[in-house]
Amino acid sequence: MPVTLNVNGKTHTLEVDPQTPLLWVLRDHLQLTGTKYGCGIAQCGACTVHLDGQPVRSCSVPVSAVGDQPVTTIEGAESGEFQALQKAWQDLNVYQCGYCQSGQLMSAARLLADKPDPSDADIDQYMSGNICRCATYDRIRAGIKQAASDLATEVSA
Amino acid sequence: MNSPVTLSRRLFLIRSAQAGAGLTLGVALNAGAADGYTGATGKAVDDELAANAFVTLKPDNTVIITSKHMEMGQGTFTGMATIAAEELDADWSRVETVSAPSDSDTYKNLIIGMQLTGGSTSIANSWTQMREAGAAVRQMLLAAAAKQWQVPVGELTTDANQVIHGPSGRKATYGELSTAAAAMPLPDKVTLKDPKDFKLVGKQFLPRKDVGKTDGSATFTQDVRWPGMLTAVVAHPPVFGGTVKSVNADRARAMPGVKAVLEVPSGVAVLADTFWQALQARKALDIVWDEGEQADFSTAALLAQYRELAGKPGLEARNDGDAAKVLAESEQVIDAEFAFPYLAHAAMEPMNCVIQRTDKGADLWFGSQGPAWDQVNVAKVFGIKPEDVNINILYAGGSFGRRATADGNYVTEAAHIARAYGQSVPIKLVWTREDDNTEGHYRPMYVHRIRAALDEAGNVTAWHQNVVGQSIRGLDENTVDRTSVEGAANLPYAIPNIRVDSHNTVSPVAPHWWRSVGSTHSAFAVETFVDELAHAAGKDPVEFRMALLRDHPRHRAVLQLAAEKAGWGKPLPEGHFHGIAVHESFSSYVAQVAEVAQNPDGKFRIVKITCAVDCGVAVNPDVIKAQMAGGIGYGLSPLMFSEITVEKGRVQEANFDRYRVLRMNEMPAIDVHIVPSGEAPTGVGEPGTPVGPPAVANAIFAATGKRIRQLPATEFFA
Ligand code: FES
Ligand code: FES
Repeated sequence: MPVTLNVNGKTHTLEVDPQTPLLWVLRDHLQLTGTKYGCGIAQCGACTVHLDGQPVRSCSVPVSAVGDQPVTTIEGAESGEFQALQKAWQDLNVYQCGYCQSGQLMSAARLLADKPDPSDADIDQYMSGNICRCATYDRIRAGIKQAASDLATEVSA
Repeated sequence: MNSPVTLSRRLFLIRSAQAGAGLTLGVALNAGAADGYTGATGKAVDDELAANAFVTLKPDNTVIITSKHMEMGQGTFTGMATIAAEELDADWSRVETVSAPSDSDTYKNLIIGMQLTGGSTSIANSWTQMREAGAAVRQMLLAAAAKQWQVPVGELTTDANQVIHGPSGRKATYGELSTAAAAMPLPDKVTLKDPKDFKLVGKQFLPRKDVGKTDGSATFTQDVRWPGMLTAVVAHPPVFGGTVKSVNADRARAMPGVKAVLEVPSGVAVLADTFWQALQARKALDIVWDEGEQADFSTAALLAQYRELAGKPGLEARNDGDAAKVLAESEQVIDAEFAFPYLAHAAMEPMNCVIQRTDKGADLWFGSQGPAWDQVNVAKVFGIKPEDVNINILYAGGSFGRRATADGNYVTEAAHIARAYGQSVPIKLVWTREDDNTEGHYRPMYVHRIRAALDEAGNVTAWHQNVVGQSIRGLDENTVDRTSVEGAANLPYAIPNIRVDSHNTVSPVAPHWWRSVGSTHSAFAVETFVDELAHAAGKDPVEFRMALLRDHPRHRAVLQLAAEKAGWGKPLPEGHFHGIAVHESFSSYVAQVAEVAQNPDGKFRIVKITCAVDCGVAVNPDVIKAQMAGGIGYGLSPLMFSEITVEKGRVQEANFDRYRVLRMNEMPAIDVHIVPSGEAPTGVGEPGTPVGPPAVANAIFAATGKRIRQLPATEFFA
């Protein structure tokens, strides 16, 4: 049975085993390789995408469970929060190997949408599902704060 | 200071007419000239230009730096570019870095003698080479401008991709001059800048040159996709040393997308159109394994063996004076044993490799850390020449030593799959996290036993350290492996009688280097034990170390700086405690002060690490700070949580649910201070890693009076 998916605003109809995790449909069928595989068991967050605006671990979501909920990957992320984060990531050289960073950015974008001025404790709690083996955590923290303050300035300006 | 120097290695010039792109100038330094290497000039023609140059100028005014070192997050693309761009006087915003191809003659690591990124040597071995490469190109640009404008070279200056003639106000970009510069003779002497004139080297912040990492566009091995490419996963034996007895692949072969099931030396490979199909088919394989002799292997039994050996004489790694005699005669002897588990590297990107057999050889695409090894290992599988193995070196999603495999390992496995499949299609070998974490190539298990004698005045009169564990370099039981005893055999403390013993043990688990190698365990044992001696002597741990480090000014300087910046000895908030450690590895000196806080439930939070580092000239302060922070975070996981254990031959921690690693909420604040230095630059990828754990352990002692003797010390952290 074909599966229909709405990814980054485009509709795709695919012949694929409905049990296939969304991650592998994105990577192997749609060539959206910005979303990474790190563990396959919802432990590391490298595969984080937004499903109807909420971050999910795409390695653990069967494609059949997506239905008509829109999927946003790093390639299609364009919210104000995401752009502010992307800029902060570059301005502060947040990343190292970069492999975890799509997932970090996707999680952080939702955090800022929910909490425009997150505390350290908010960041710790919200971001603890995203492992970074390069341990860029201190800069991720700084990057989220810079993005938050940039967004606040924009709004008040 | 800035007088001309004869190039330490012969330069060769590459002139190339690229289709539609005008003429491009490239200069490479022939690293092999010293030993009579002559091949590079001949190869450096036409479209091989970019492939053989360290510095390429394009007519569009772009400067391309070729990095002979692979980028795995450590910032080497930025480092290589900084050094060359400095001497070239390049405009940083116009600089791009690309990876060198596999070519061990041209791109050898000058410290190691082959193309390899590791041992925190990238900046150290490239410093002079990349300076000369940049300076030579700049000199040719000056010569070209002087000729064009008919002015003396001495009247010309350069700045930000421009040659400037002050008296007439004329200016030209490097891009505009590139064609003319390419016709200039190659200088045989270049003038290097006086360090006081550095504009990029030492600058606090430069945007990184490994790009595409904030929008998902950077290509990792995992992301390579060629038309017709197949994905391979391999069923590996469930125990170390196991082999396939028989396999029934009927069900697997009938599954959708499956193209082949192949026996290879390391297991049974499934090839399919997509990863998920291959993985499902792997589950459907019916394999009877011969579990071999290690079916009952357990790390608990191995540890018991190691503890026994720690009390027995081993190979002599150091022997000053007569430690045994002084220990036997001393009233106060302190005796401690430390145990360290196996550790997986768990790089964020599990091991993988894309390979295609070609008519002539093989093409590979992956994060190759030791291309010289990888070429040889792949060549062996196919029975071809190493130079016919062409490796396209991609970003690696971390490595921490894991991808530098002399034995081929996952790369050899990929080659065996390609050979067994026979057809010339690209094949992507993908290891799952479980494959990666259970395969071995771990930081080996070690036991250290240290005994030290103190006299009545609190002076340390003897030190005897016994190090038990596998030789990472695979040396026999009669040869000391310096990687086992580094950080111990070169103990910097002034103690009149020092003896260090080493035992090379045997285990079915392949040992491997893990970020900071021997120091991962030696720094913990030595630095917590020295702390213990300081307390036994009734002295402040900083003062105690300072006195014993009287012959080591660089150790002293970082120790002092870290202590000062952390406010050592000053009051801390209620329930907060300090601990300190200092250690040299890879010729860089690092001291760290850990501040910990005890929660109401008795568990500890690591609040902050203050770090001082002396790595010679600080080429990229921002990269140094990032590497210290990342190294600290990487090192804290095995202090707090991570270990690989084996029961009945089976690894118990296959994924992040059981192989617990540091997360955001466990990361301390990091404050890094760099000691100003004019010494030749040394590495920063590894030296930050081993120092945090003993500093934290010493802080926990300050809080609880308890010493940590075995890692991980999970009981203190929840
Ligand atoms: S790959 Fe999905 S959480 Fe790790
Ligand atoms: S940047 Fe390497 S894993 Fe996060």
